[in-house]
Amino acid sequence: MKAAGIASIGVLAAAAVMLVMIAPGQSWGKEPYRIGGIYAITGSSSFLGDPEKKSMEMAVEEINSRGGIDGHPLEAVILDSEGDPTKAVLAANKLISKDKVIAIVGPSLTPTTLAIVPVVEKAGIPLISCAAGIKITEPVKPLVFKTAQNDVLAVSAIYRHIQGRNIKKIGIITVENAYGESGRDQLKALAPKFGINIVQAETYGAKDTDMTAQLAKLRAAQPEAIVCWGTNPGPAVITKNVVQMNMKIPLYQSHGVASPKYIELAGPASEGVLLPTGKILVAEQLPESDPQKNVLKSYIAEFEKRFSMPVGGFGGYAYDGTYLLAAALKGTEGDKKKIAENMEKIKGHAGVTGTFAFSPQDHNGLGADAFVMVEIRGGKWHLLK
Amino acid sequence: MQEFLQYIFSGITNGAVYAVIALGFSMLYGSTGLINFAQGEFVMIGALSLISLWKGVNLPLPLAFAGAVAITAIAGAMLERFAIRSVKKPHPIVLVIITVGASILLRGVGMLVWGKDSHGSPSFSDHAPYDILGATLLPQSLWILVLTLGVVLGLHIFHKRFLTGRAMLACAISTKAAGIVGIPTEKMVLLAFSMSAAMGGIGGVLIAPLSMSSFDMGMNLGLKGFCAAMIGGLGSSWGAVVGGLLLGVLEALGVGFLSSGLKDAAAFVLLLLILYFRPSGLLGTASVQRF
Repeated sequence: MKAAGIASIGVLAAAAVMLVMIAPGQSWGKEPYRIGGIYAITGSSSFLGDPEKKSMEMAVEEINSRGGIDGHPLEAVILDSEGDPTKAVLAANKLISKDKVIAIVGPSLTPTTLAIVPVVEKAGIPLISCAAGIKITEPVKPLVFKTAQNDVLAVSAIYRHIQGRNIKKIGIITVENAYGESGRDQLKALAPKFGINIVQAETYGAKDTDMTAQLAKLRAAQPEAIVCWGTNPGPAVITKNVVQMNMKIPLYQSHGVASPKYIELAGPASEGVLLPTGKILVAEQLPESDPQKNVLKSYIAEFEKRFSMPVGGFGGYAYDGTYLLAAALKGTEGDKKKIAENMEKIKGHAGVTGTFAFSPQDHNGLGADAFVMVEIRGGKWHLLK
Repeated sequence: MQEFLQYIFSGITNGAVYAVIALGFSMLYGSTGLINFAQGEFVMIGALSLISLWKGVNLPLPLAFAGAVAITAIAGAMLERFAIRSVKKPHPIVLVIITVGASILLRGVGMLVWGKDSHGSPSFSDHAPYDILGATLLPQSLWILVLTLGVVLGLHIFHKRFLTGRAMLACAISTKAAGIVGIPTEKMVLLAFSMSAAMGGIGGVLIAPLSMSSFDMGMNLGLKGFCAAMIGGLGSSWGAVVGGLLLGVLEALGVGFLSSGLKDAAAFVLLLLILYFRPSGLLGTASVQRF
């Protein structure tokens, strides 16, 4: 407890100055490439921003230890948005006008990303967002890319599995925020395509303490499975409530709970829960032929060694963003237009989240293989074939 | 029928928690005329202390329970001693704003001590949930209900039978007069603050096994508790219980028969209606004074 307290004081002190500089240690012949990072390092979305910040620092150090980019070291300036669009805009302005960055990785959330898009477009700075919202890259904006999977991919993964079990009637329960709304829209939009009928749709507040009322209403509509869309802790409460109410139908969660914390919070109730996730949680169970196997193995080993905390599904967005940016920076000598052009040419880049293949029409670059379905068995993630 | 019963059970479970939090608001208002907007943060401190003491340090449950409530009571006493008493011109509105500031501070301290993650806690007892006519009632809900009623009874006896309790009521009626007859008024205010904080702590301890606890859980619960206290009538213990249960049950019925999106709206419409027709709340008798 005490050690954890001291550690969190350290984290907070770092966040309090809000500015983390990673200066290259060795002497370099060439000017450093300075890149920016904006993440929700503190606040209610810190479960995303904190590992993202750590992963970006790690990626920058790895790239520098391998000789940088064309002899230029990378230098990252990372700011905290606290998940607040206003603060994200302030951070973006500061990175552009004061730190003179040539590209930005982040922010962590869809609302913060959409808030800074006009800012980076005006300044002509390439942006690689770590947020999931489909609006970020559709319609395509020349300078804006993203590394997180679209919600529509997660919904398709769940629905394919539901279809495979020959289930026709489902109930959905989604959280009342941007993440839940987006999930709800995609769930409703895609259901007819998979021959699925949503018999009841409920919502819950992100801070609610008990969802048995909503579940009772779902149960009355007699669905054959429940899909829950939210981020911790709500889905963990729902998982417990489902078991307490003795509802014996499959429970699907979204990729928003794909971290060890969910299993810890929901406890034994999480047994048998199904969810889509990036391959990171089941890296060891992947076949050797998987193109992401090696990068996943090295990312997990390095992250856990460096920060002595279990790796989650979110830091990879920033890790991939930084590596993609490094790849795009090659041969540009810091020309921002060329960076964006090079990004569009990246094909077959095996990252933590998936295998990226960008094009002028696709600025997310991920396909259906970015998600796998897992089942929680005995408190562990089990990869479903 | 099965669904209706389930809505009532969910409502009672949530409502009992609101009731304990409302009790804290109500008893502080009854003894000092103040509203403490940091009440929700005491709930957070109670819940997270319980998890630390019970799961972290492995104390037996009764000891962890008492420890968590004691920690919260000390936090309440410190708030009074350092932030409230030192104010030169203690106009109520100034003090209320200080408690708003204190709630932000306590949330920050909570984040430092317990981190930004949510924490879970096992139930008090390992019974399987009861099945009543197809609806599920959790043993933890019964714990919450019984302990809430116990707290109200205890408070009632304290105010009616004990000299200290009566002295506290005297301070509430007139601090000056109470001082003249020799009641240590400053000590009474300190005691009232720690007792109301302890009630927030009890609320936190009760809610920890039911849900997930995190440093920012207090704001929402504090608002609901305040709402319940207003519905029942500030200053009335039984009013707090009635207000809490009513709020909880109406929320659950709102989910069941209207829409889950309207859950919070139902609660606040109820509050507005009651304040409109009965400004002193359902069981409040004293005239309510605006400041």
